[in-house]
Amino acid sequence: MSEGKNYINQEAGLMSWLTSRDHKRIGLLYFYSIGFFFFIGGVLAMLIRTELFRSGNLFDPALYNRFMTYHGVIMVFFVIVPGIPAILGNIIMPLHLGARDVAFPTVNLMSWYCYVGGAILAFWSIFLGGADTGWTFYTPYSINFSGANITAALAAFVAGFSSILTGVNFVATVHKLRCPGMTMKRITLFTWSLYATAILQVLATPVVGITVLLLVMENIFGIGIFDPEMGGDPVLFQHFFWFYSHPAVYIMILPAMGIISELITTFSRKTIFGYTAIAYSSLAIAGVSFLVWGHHMFTSSQSEVAAVVFSVITMLVGVPTAIKTFNWVATLYKGSIQMQSPMLYALGFMFIFTIGGVTGIFLSTIATDIHFHDTYFVVAHFHYVMVGGTLMAIMGGAYYWFPKITGRMFSEPWARMSWVFIFVGFNVTFFPQFVLGAMGMPRRYADYLPAFESLNQISSLGSYMIGTGFLIALYTFVQGAYRGEEAGMNPWGSKTLEWTIPSPPPHENFEEIPTVTAGPYEYR
Amino acid sequence: MWWIPTAEAQSFMPPAATQIAENVDTLYGFLLISSLVSFVLLMGSLAYFVNKYRRKTDSDKTAYITHDYRLEFLWSFIPFVIFMICFAWGAKIYLDMRAVPEAALQIHVVAKKWDWEFIYKNGRKITSDVDDEGNKVPATMVIPVNKPAQMIMTSTKVNPADKKDRAVLHSFFVPAFRVKQDIVPGRYTQLSFTPTKEGTFWIFCTEYCGTGHSNMMGRVKVVSEQAFNDWVIGDESGGPKELSLADKGKEIYKTRACIGCHSLNGSKMTGPTWKGLYGSDRVFADGSTGKADDNYLRESVLNSNAKIVKGYQPNQMPAYQGQLTDEDVTAVIEFIKSVK
Ligand code: HEC
Ligand SMILES: [Cu+2]
Ligand SMILES: [Cu+2]
Repeated sequence: MSEGKNYINQEAGLMSWLTSRDHKRIGLLYFYSIGFFFFIGGVLAMLIRTELFRSGNLFDPALYNRFMTYHGVIMVFFVIVPGIPAILGNIIMPLHLGARDVAFPTVNLMSWYCYVGGAILAFWSIFLGGADTGWTFYTPYSINFSGANITAALAAFVAGFSSILTGVNFVATVHKLRCPGMTMKRITLFTWSLYATAILQVLATPVVGITVLLLVMENIFGIGIFDPEMGGDPVLFQHFFWFYSHPAVYIMILPAMGIISELITTFSRKTIFGYTAIAYSSLAIAGVSFLVWGHHMFTSSQSEVAAVVFSVITMLVGVPTAIKTFNWVATLYKGSIQMQSPMLYALGFMFIFTIGGVTGIFLSTIATDIHFHDTYFVVAHFHYVMVGGTLMAIMGGAYYWFPKITGRMFSEPWARMSWVFIFVGFNVTFFPQFVLGAMGMPRRYADYLPAFESLNQISSLGSYMIGTGFLIALYTFVQGAYRGEEAGMNPWGSKTLEWTIPSPPPHENFEEIPTVTAGPYEYR
Repeated sequence: MWWIPTAEAQSFMPPAATQIAENVDTLYGFLLISSLVSFVLLMGSLAYFVNKYRRKTDSDKTAYITHDYRLEFLWSFIPFVIFMICFAWGAKIYLDMRAVPEAALQIHVVAKKWDWEFIYKNGRKITSDVDDEGNKVPATMVIPVNKPAQMIMTSTKVNPADKKDRAVLHSFFVPAFRVKQDIVPGRYTQLSFTPTKEGTFWIFCTEYCGTGHSNMMGRVKVVSEQAFNDWVIGDESGGPKELSLADKGKEIYKTRACIGCHSLNGSKMTGPTWKGLYGSDRVFADGSTGKADDNYLRESVLNSNAKIVKGYQPNQMPAYQGQLTDEDVTAVIEFIKSVK
């Protein structure tokens, strides 16, 4: 570790971590807790794939349904939604702005405790018998009286507060704590994407909160809201749910896109192509994403007119997304490209995300969606976008900022090996699922017709490959953190502000607040 | 367009057994080809750049290219146009899919945890069965080829007496027809199709409904018109013939007091007559209007105060919510349909 005090050795002892208001330490707290959940969610995923390896039942379907539910709830609400903003956003964004911390450090710590509160509720629901509704909690199925379903929904509600608090904090930080000279046109694209995400977090998350509260009130006080037996409307729940959960998709993917912009510029040592277009397309995506929730409900019995309108608006979201992809490719043109492992993840992201994106068009086209809806095609599509997109970006970002966060370098050969396993395993797992969906295999099936077996077996084998890849990555991180070579201030030759201070950074980041005079990607 | 059959052959879609399904597949072929082309173009240029502009020395200088508005406009506009084509094409097929054909054969689909029931107008009810070895034989609906069929679908509880149990969502999906429609408790949803090929096709439940979700399969058997007519008249089981749905509805009409307030001959009693009621335009006391379709009639029977017909008093008709089963309501509606 480099000389002198840094945020890691500043203070010692568990309490100093649990009460720390340093954004970097809170980011690490999130890293450990999210990593823990990711591990559980991943084990559940492999249990799911093990059940589906053969036609017929290995586990009891009721147990399988719980695996499937907790895999979804954990991965969505406890891993991918908080993932990038809470870990990398927390650690890096203030550095990108030239700030000493986020705007409200105490609120930041509080958000972590909300996360932990939600986590405790999620575990509690397991002891109540375990929820088996799927992560969508659709009514009337979720209206039962065991309490597990409601508790699991409440867990998402409490974890939602962590998301809201992070969002509020980031908006305030971007507006108030930019260092001198840091105009809005000079902040990094990672920060722009977090900013757009933060707006979504603040505006959309309360809706899911209200929905869960309505569900709870219906259960406890017997007020008919979603329950048709009490005069409620079960489809209303779907409207509320997707009014949050569609923007949530962008809460998950926008920060990933931000990371990709950083990686592409650094490793091609070239200024970004179309800074304005990329920055504003994040805002455009955030805005339009509030108006497309009905595309999850084409078969739900909503009116035909509504379906047509939601379809056309959904197509519009495709445009800013396509713009970003083209800009990244254009950035590579005439660059000086270095294929280090973070860059491998960035390119892997582009490959996977493009497949996820174009299959999105299959689903926003109503006629084809009617066939694909609730089949494995959808499962494949959203794993391509959310796992292939967000997780690839998290991994790329984690390797990229690893030297800054720990002060040491990881082993490049091991990191590459993890990439090979994750990237190849991912495609082996999820590509066959597109075909299964086209063939008509519905999702959330504990058992399936023998005709679907061979593709399911390939898919299951792929999932074990992904698992292996993440274990290798874990080894790489641990090995690097303890045994890696000293990284120095700027191992990648990057231009953004975090690379101008020691690794790991000192407690308040900058000894003297910097003044900037140019944009973030001045590679000339 | 030569490429479309090629794309279809590689599409892994199940055999298409309706005209709509073939239209969907053509659109699917277009989507497949255009996304393949864009994917190859994009990944091709990525691979080319990565290869060509690999870092040579540690002090490489790169071109400082910040933007090119013409290029950026172009690559926003072209996808936009393609997306709009997909949208319009998809919406067109969808609206065709949803249009209810004239003179369709109506079949009532009852979904419950975790099985299907198909009820024909003549009272014939198809349920799943168990064979000699104890394996489930899925309920198999029989319909004639080249004749439109309309599913009128509802979800009910397994045990109406159980207060804690709930009717839940299901979804009716026939991959070979490329159609799917959720079944929502408390209302009717409908779906129609015109099979063009004979054969037996799977029906899957595609809305998660609990432990038995993945076993909730049924079948639809498309037969020649002659064979259908024989089937529908002849009672293979040889058991006592059931009352037709409309006759059952008539029983309810007589025994559950509807007869005291609703006439069948057009005369006005405490309540409006049922003569010509089905499909007619209704005017309500608050001035709004509506059509007397299945869902309206269902609501009127179960909770008549929800909409008051103009010229009649509220709170006259008892609420039958909880008094009549879903099947009773369906029968009454079939009876109302028969009173022309
Ligand atoms: C005590 C009298 C009474 C009885 C018994 C009664 N109804 Fe009614 N019903 C009415 C009145 C009055 C209206 C019109 C006011 C309204 O729309 O609620 C009506 C309306 C209706 C309508 C809507 C008709 C329209 O013209 O739009 C339907 C359908 C209906 N009843 C079905 C039934 C059925 C089925 C039964 C028996 C199971 C039944 N009613 C028994 C009084 C009665
Ligand atoms: Cu969506
Ligand atoms: Cu189901």
